[in-house]
Amino acid sequence: MSSPDVDVVVVGAGPAGSAAATVLARAGHSVILLERGPFPGSKNMYGGVVYPRILDQLHPEWWTEAPIQRWITRRSTMVMTDTQALTVDFRTAAWGAPPYNGATAYRPDWDHWLADKAEAEGVQLLCSTTATGLLYDEGADGRRQVAGVTTDRPDGDLRARVVIACDGVNSFLAKEAGLYGEVDADNYTLGVKETIALPKEVIDERFGVRDREGVDIEILGGTSGVNGGGFLYTNLETLAVGVVLKLGKLGAQELRPEEIIANLKAHPAIAPLVEGGEVKEYSAHLIPEAGLSMMPKMTGDGMLVAGDAAAMCLAAGLYLEGVNFAMASGIYAGEAAAEALTAGDTSAAGLAGYRRRLDDTFVLHDHRKLRRAPSLVLSDRVQHLYPEMIANTVERMFRVDNPSPKPGLRRILNEERRRAGVKLRSLVSDTIDGIRSFG
Amino acid sequence: MTEQRWPEQSFEDLIGTTRFDVHERPHITLDDTHCRDCSTRACVVACPAKLFVPTSDGGILFNYEQCFECGTCYLVCNEEGALTWTYPEGGHGVVFKRT
Repeated sequence: MSSPDVDVVVVGAGPAGSAAATVLARAGHSVILLERGPFPGSKNMYGGVVYPRILDQLHPEWWTEAPIQRWITRRSTMVMTDTQALTVDFRTAAWGAPPYNGATAYRPDWDHWLADKAEAEGVQLLCSTTATGLLYDEGADGRRQVAGVTTDRPDGDLRARVVIACDGVNSFLAKEAGLYGEVDADNYTLGVKETIALPKEVIDERFGVRDREGVDIEILGGTSGVNGGGFLYTNLETLAVGVVLKLGKLGAQELRPEEIIANLKAHPAIAPLVEGGEVKEYSAHLIPEAGLSMMPKMTGDGMLVAGDAAAMCLAAGLYLEGVNFAMASGIYAGEAAAEALTAGDTSAAGLAGYRRRLDDTFVLHDHRKLRRAPSLVLSDRVQHLYPEMIANTVERMFRVDNPSPKPGLRRILNEERRRAGVKLRSLVSDTIDGIRSFG
Repeated sequence: MTEQRWPEQSFEDLIGTTRFDVHERPHITLDDTHCRDCSTRACVVACPAKLFVPTSDGGILFNYEQCFECGTCYLVCNEEGALTWTYPEGGHGVVFKRT
């Protein structure tokens, strides 16, 4: 058993890794933060909204320096069919002033900034270095304890007392450590996105915002019949438009991801917002979509798992969050690792403070509360039948069909429900499910 | 649908907007002898970088160069042994843009 090079190796300089490293460095521990990309954030993309309030404790007044694009002051939820769209549109001035709520930001900017903050605390950041596997020591009672990582650098083994795997949605380290159960493609969605340049004044005008105000539009039904969702976010001088697609369903039909985005961009409710812009970047990433049901064991002997690597994304229809869960789980992993190092016990038992913190905070509270939501939102009825039923109901509600008198709302809803092929029993049970999922 | 107001954009132009620092070692390899019996060919539709192209003789042609390293292909693949999947050498592969 050779002596460790460092107290902790954190793998992955995303929001989870940088948060964990920052906490540990502040507690006086030596930390190496590995990043396989040429700079932090270079491998990372997302839809486009971050909810940073968890940073209040890590970087107070973070909003004075964070590389955000726009503050979300207008949030729209849109249900669409091929030719219709119903939007619930909320705006508030409150989210445009400190401490804010959500913001659009480019992940290469955001993640780079968080890693810079970690470096400023004394963390040693090693970019362009891929962790290729785990190193083990024989523990006192014969158990194998994670003791570092192998990397693709010459003489690149790094020994540490604790490894924190923040290596992203595919987390080969957590899988190698046996912390994941069966990996099922149906637990994942593919996110694809186009970043489209438009002048700031054009974006402000089209979306009805000013200065740094921004808009977040979440879309149900805009994915060409593939279970998933669409999104459209405003950055300062670009728009992010894209779709999230359930892997199993995507592979079982004919339309390709970029064609599904093209269809969304051509939709009558979306085209006027995005047309004329030039595509600056096309990007894609997997999302751990299934929440609580797919999470791995978070703690092993000498090892913790945080962020997407621990399937922390909250993909619950109305709520689409991930970076906040990554940062929070990183903070708690850092705290638990510091605690274990101080106590001199970095076995799974010594690192148990991590799971306790996740259990006691919003991280697993929110995931437990919304555990039914991901499957409900991606279910076939919600995806394929309800958008049409809802849009047709509203269209008839507002259609003036003179000389016919107005039909009652209940009659319209009943007829449209039948026309969409939804059984009353299913509608009632889904409504109850929805209230249970989000209530 | 409204009239098409987007210029036709080829997939090559679209993915041409993304930066890839390609390493000489293919980080993903495909043994397409496994693909001939595959009935789903989910990778052909699902890969966001369109890296899996069916050939006329029933195989699949794969090129690793413009890969997002997302993991879709190994998750949707149902032919054991067809794909070997690793990350590219450190510092290589896809590089998303900073402002």
